[in-house]
Amino acid sequence: MKFNIALAQINTHLGDVTTNLEKHLELIHQAQASGSELIVFPELSLTGYGLQDLVPNVAHVACGDDPVFRPLLETSQKIDIVVGFVDEDPRHRFFIAAAYLARGQVVHIHHKAYLPTYGLFDEGRFFAWGDSIRAFDTRFGRVGILICEDFWHASPPYLLWLDGADLFLLTSASPGRGLSKQPALESARWVEDINRAYASLFTSFVVHSNRVGFEDGLNFWGGSTIYDPNGELISKCPYHEETLLVSEIDLNQLHRTRARLPLLRDERTALTMRELHRILEGDQR
Amino acid sequence: MIKGMEHKKIDLTINTDSARQILTGFIRSEINRAGFSRAVVNLSGGLDSSLSCYLAAEALGAENVMALRLPYKSSTPDSSEHAKMVIDALGVQSIIIPITDMADGLINRFPDMNRVRQGNIMARVRMIVLYDQSEAFHGLAVGTGNKTEILLGYTTLYGDSACAINPLGDLYKTQVRQLGKAIGIPQVILDKPPTADLWLGQTDEGELGFTYDEVDQLLYLLVDQRYRPEDCVEAGFAESFVRAVMDRVRRNQFKRLMPPIAKLTNRTVGYDFLYLRDWGT
Repeated sequence: MKFNIALAQINTHLGDVTTNLEKHLELIHQAQASGSELIVFPELSLTGYGLQDLVPNVAHVACGDDPVFRPLLETSQKIDIVVGFVDEDPRHRFFIAAAYLARGQVVHIHHKAYLPTYGLFDEGRFFAWGDSIRAFDTRFGRVGILICEDFWHASPPYLLWLDGADLFLLTSASPGRGLSKQPALESARWVEDINRAYASLFTSFVVHSNRVGFEDGLNFWGGSTIYDPNGELISKCPYHEETLLVSEIDLNQLHRTRARLPLLRDERTALTMRELHRILEGDQR
Repeated sequence: MIKGMEHKKIDLTINTDSARQILTGFIRSEINRAGFSRAVVNLSGGLDSSLSCYLAAEALGAENVMALRLPYKSSTPDSSEHAKMVIDALGVQSIIIPITDMADGLINRFPDMNRVRQGNIMARVRMIVLYDQSEAFHGLAVGTGNKTEILLGYTTLYGDSACAINPLGDLYKTQVRQLGKAIGIPQVILDKPPTADLWLGQTDEGELGFTYDEVDQLLYLLVDQRYRPEDCVEAGFAESFVRAVMDRVRRNQFKRLMPPIAKLTNRTVGYDFLYLRDWGT
């Protein structure tokens, strides 16, 4: 099956969910009109990234009663949507979250499990840590969502792969850093390298939707990409520019790549579990 | 100047196209989202303020930038000429406001005032003019402080470091020069010894006791690469130089932060009342 996917590489207003929602609805409409069947927004696309003490004020619950999710769920009748938001759970813990919406339903919510709290980052101060890494079913097959730092660790994508994901939807609000003599910032090169590596190692599609714009002195570098199961680049958005990029994904490539390179077939999960048990539960060396 | 140092040259080359794209985007974003479309810059005729002026003009359009020339009676005439070269090259708006009377109003009350006090007064008077003209022109003050001087504290608190936004604060002096050259700043400005021009014959490197070239390489190791002092000595930097620079960086941290507020309550500005400047925009 082939389908069109839209990368919504957007800028956002910090802490202004209403204005951000309007932009989401506009772009969803545009994407759907151009034949896209799935649109992927970046991390915290509904709220902006540098929230700090604004976190409790911008939280929403992904359900039909919520004033922000109601219109999003309506438009998801015609196109599947991944949005970034702050989720408040029934016990008032706040998570950096992504919701997959399709046919008027909330199909899946992912809570960011790795919260960078070092250098310029302070997410662990304001948010709760997500507690699960799960693939889920969509009409494009089995999909996994991860948010930024989640895929700066090899384990979450590995788990999603074993849980059946052939299409990875990675979202981020990645600040640009590492100016050198190279044209691309170090942060961009690092992320591109690992996205290509995941696509290659897991023989899967890896889609990355990153935001652009500025918040105080932080720039967000954009450069959203799609890599195919051979690790080849299918498409890439420019750095630093707001872009809505529509690309075709041919899921038949999974058949062709995995026939040539059966890394999934040969993955020795029992061996991995045995050794992981030994390492984690064995002698404290 | 420091002697006895032999180390491998640290490469501080930057991709100037990338820096230029990000810094002009930053200026445009931060000024527009605050509800403005214009900028003001104190244009001294030196490298840093020239670069800020070039970046602001590129980001906003020359007609939306006001360059202020603020000579004191003892300023070298070169400075004003070089500033004029920048103004003419860019086509930005400009105004000359001599600060002699404003500064002398205070200086003359204390005839035995030393030159440090006089220099700080001039720097702070220039800040007053910058903010007044910011209001008059309805443009935000774009700063000119680079990473080297910010780390070393080679600035006047509430003087030349005062601004609404600072596009150059993450570039070492060496890198400011690279970007300045790439963006087209006149060669004479690129080549001249950096100076605050607060008294006759003053130069940055004369006052600091080392060259920007040397200190930028050391700061890059200490700050960016997190080298310990002993690692820097092993890399070939003189121990006394390393200690002197580290001490200078530590002693000047106060210039980089808001003054501490004594915490009494459960929620205190500066500790647990945390919002970005861009809150809501």
